[in-house]
Amino acid sequence: MSVPILELVDVHAAYGRIEVLRGVDLRVPAGAVVALLGPNGAGKSTLLKVVSGQLAATAGDVHMAGVSVRNASPGELARAGLALVPEGRGVFPNLSVEDNLRLMSCAGVPAAQVRDTAYTTFPRLHERRRQLAGTLSGGEQQMLALARALTSDPALLLLDELSMGLAPAIVDELYDTVRSIAAAGVSIVVVEQFARTALRICDLAAVMTGGRIETVGAPDEIGSTMADVMLGGAA
Amino acid sequence: MGAFASYTLIGLFTGAAYSIAASGLVLTYSTTRIFNVAHGALGMVFAFVYWDFSQRQGLPTWLSLVLVLLVVAPVGGVLLQRIFVSGLDDAPVSVSLVVTVGLLVGLIGVATQVWPPAARSVPEFFAGHVVSFGDVVVTWHQLITIAASGVVAGGLHLLLTRTRAGTAMRASVDNPGLLELYGGRPHLAGALAWAIGTSLAALAGILLTPVIGLQYYDLTLLVISAYAAAMLGRLTSLPLTFAGGMALGLAQSYAVGYLPGGGDLAGLRAVVPTLFLFAVIVLMPQSPLRVGQVRGIVAARVPRMRSAGGWGLGLVILVIALSFLLQPGSMLLVGTAATYGIVMLSLVLLTGYGGHVSLAQFSFAGVGALAYAKLDDPNLLGLFLAALTASLVGALVAIPVLRLTGLYLALATLAFAELMDKLVFQSSFAFGLNGTLAASRMSVLGRRIEGTGSYTVLMAVFFVLVALVVLVVRRGRLGRVLIAARDSETACSTLGLDLRWLRVGMFAGSAGIAGLAGALYAGLRQTVGASDFGFFTSLLLLLMAVVWGVTSVTGAALGGVFLAYLPVVQADHQALAGLALVVLGFGAVALGRDPNGLANRLFVLGRWASRTLEREWTRRFPGTMLPPGQGHGPDMGAEEVTADVVAGS
Repeated sequence: MSVPILELVDVHAAYGRIEVLRGVDLRVPAGAVVALLGPNGAGKSTLLKVVSGQLAATAGDVHMAGVSVRNASPGELARAGLALVPEGRGVFPNLSVEDNLRLMSCAGVPAAQVRDTAYTTFPRLHERRRQLAGTLSGGEQQMLALARALTSDPALLLLDELSMGLAPAIVDELYDTVRSIAAAGVSIVVVEQFARTALRICDLAAVMTGGRIETVGAPDEIGSTMADVMLGGAA
Repeated sequence: MGAFASYTLIGLFTGAAYSIAASGLVLTYSTTRIFNVAHGALGMVFAFVYWDFSQRQGLPTWLSLVLVLLVVAPVGGVLLQRIFVSGLDDAPVSVSLVVTVGLLVGLIGVATQVWPPAARSVPEFFAGHVVSFGDVVVTWHQLITIAASGVVAGGLHLLLTRTRAGTAMRASVDNPGLLELYGGRPHLAGALAWAIGTSLAALAGILLTPVIGLQYYDLTLLVISAYAAAMLGRLTSLPLTFAGGMALGLAQSYAVGYLPGGGDLAGLRAVVPTLFLFAVIVLMPQSPLRVGQVRGIVAARVPRMRSAGGWGLGLVILVIALSFLLQPGSMLLVGTAATYGIVMLSLVLLTGYGGHVSLAQFSFAGVGALAYAKLDDPNLLGLFLAALTASLVGALVAIPVLRLTGLYLALATLAFAELMDKLVFQSSFAFGLNGTLAASRMSVLGRRIEGTGSYTVLMAVFFVLVALVVLVVRRGRLGRVLIAARDSETACSTLGLDLRWLRVGMFAGSAGIAGLAGALYAGLRQTVGASDFGFFTSLLLLLMAVVWGVTSVTGAALGGVFLAYLPVVQADHQALAGLALVVLGFGAVALGRDPNGLANRLFVLGRWASRTLEREWTRRFPGTMLPPGQGHGPDMGAEEVTADVVAGS
């Protein structure tokens, strides 16, 4: 069996005294799309913060492609090929669309190529390339944030609540793009409140409650138990 | 025609230097969101360093230039950014302004300490080499300056808009956390911006020095010209900044050439940059500044009126006692301290409660003094009218910038102070060029207060009265509105409060208090001149207020005493005159983040002492209580800090 792209072993994390992650174990096989589901406060976003280096784990270990990255900074992880589209809008509001795209051109990808890919996938961004990102609509901002995942060819992509505050039609459009990124072989961890949307595109689904992974399974298995978990019935 | 071409050329030369300085300002602002008031002071210090290398130590010109521009200035800039500035980007505007004003004063202190006043000159580059275009002669120095400004503007524009490093510099101020997720290095970006910005300040200083001379203050005030140019470019556009610098240089040169050289308008030529800054601020379209996160300042508890009154009475009794003990000469110093204390009270209202920074409080005091000195037989009514005049002038300054944010207000006051300093106070209808006016002592209820001692007691009474008024304002509805407006203007506007007129009113009130102080000061000294109300004193006042605590009247009292004493210390120990400014400036830099200042630390100490005393008392004499009024430490100490309130954005 090949080395998983991401492996968490008994990871604990806390904000001050409040422990949010209480022993998370998770394996993301290379090339897989894993959906991380669960109610508010389950620790999903915190898990992504630990993986992306924004929050230090208090115990346990995180491996990326077999290498421990527990003490790596967000910058180091980013340069090692990890891309996080953070919750909310992951763009620089006072920079133009074009400038935002220019910042995505790290790791040897030329800026022109980044722009081409982004504008082909999202023509609307091309129309607004001189506009400040902060003045874009919510959906357009997410497109711009997603463009990074699209163009930088990451080893591991983390998507945090892509759908937050967006109309269903736009969410579908964004997830079409995620699907095509996955089809290109990128490993993805999707955190999503809309379980149905996430279950449609993932290979594996993990359900989180109370700072632990409750179950991991194929999307159709999980789908049937989801309602219980979300409504608190399974506890 | 030849004269016109010559003036144009000189204008282009000065304008080129202005735009170099302004580009550095735009760079540091757009990448770290800090309005560096000390930009000109940095240019001044590094011009001195250049003089030291090239003239005193005799290094070759090119080597000195390389050392200053590529080694000393960038390293200095990075150190400043690392030690003083980092972490300020989401602080309130008032805090970052105070910190950079502290830097300005500290740098002037450094320069006067290391290079005491003496005649120094820096020759032009390639002095004596000229190019002639018809009858216009251009020196190489001028050509180099103009070319350098073009290279700087173009290079920076390319850096910021066309390269990844430049974009990352702008992104680092927008969202440093996200930049890190993108694999960028936010700290490096800020450091690089300050390195380049400081180097540009140094370049502008070195290029201008052969023309305007190696002076502490003239080069420091270069920041006004730089701000004027940068404001035209809205602090973001480099091409417009370049154009602004050039326009300003030309305007100034034509003013020198074609405005009358004598009479009251003589000063006009010197204040062209200031007028330009005023015009740009007032005429500029709606504030383009990015809105930073709003953060509440730690709140200070307001003392009970009874205890404040008790302490006020104590203060007056102390001054009465001093008036019997001290010589009139020393009482003058006490009176000066009272003056400064009252001016600081005006800052408690404006900065401590209102969150706005004024760099012109002494100009308002000067207006009050001027109005008072024009009175024939001053009495309480006259004093009131003098204060009213100052408060009207304060409103006049605030109204044009009504719609703008705190930074523009502060810059407008800087421009105003410079204007009063160089133009109004020096004119014949005011104090006159280097002149003074005689003022007589005031009469209260028909009795003239002639003695210095009793006049000083009167001033102490006024200090206490104004302090009580400030406290009453703070305790009432108006005070709550002021605090709310300081912490979040947005939240206030959702409550339907129109803050613009509040701001004007606050400004007028604060200017009125300063004017009152100025009028009292005129009566105390009996002669007043423009030099008493210089622009630099206002900066010292602001710093002293911040160091001692701008949120409490106790801080104002202590700050007044120390500010009055500062020149005495400097005169007694001339060798350390600069060092005093260094201590004050960098002290404000260190304490600027905590506007409660040293006064609050004293309160904490006082509370600790009173608790200990109380504990000891009950242990030794169980069953008894401390006599009332004991064991409360300094009871204006009720102005203690209550909570680390950090209001959300």
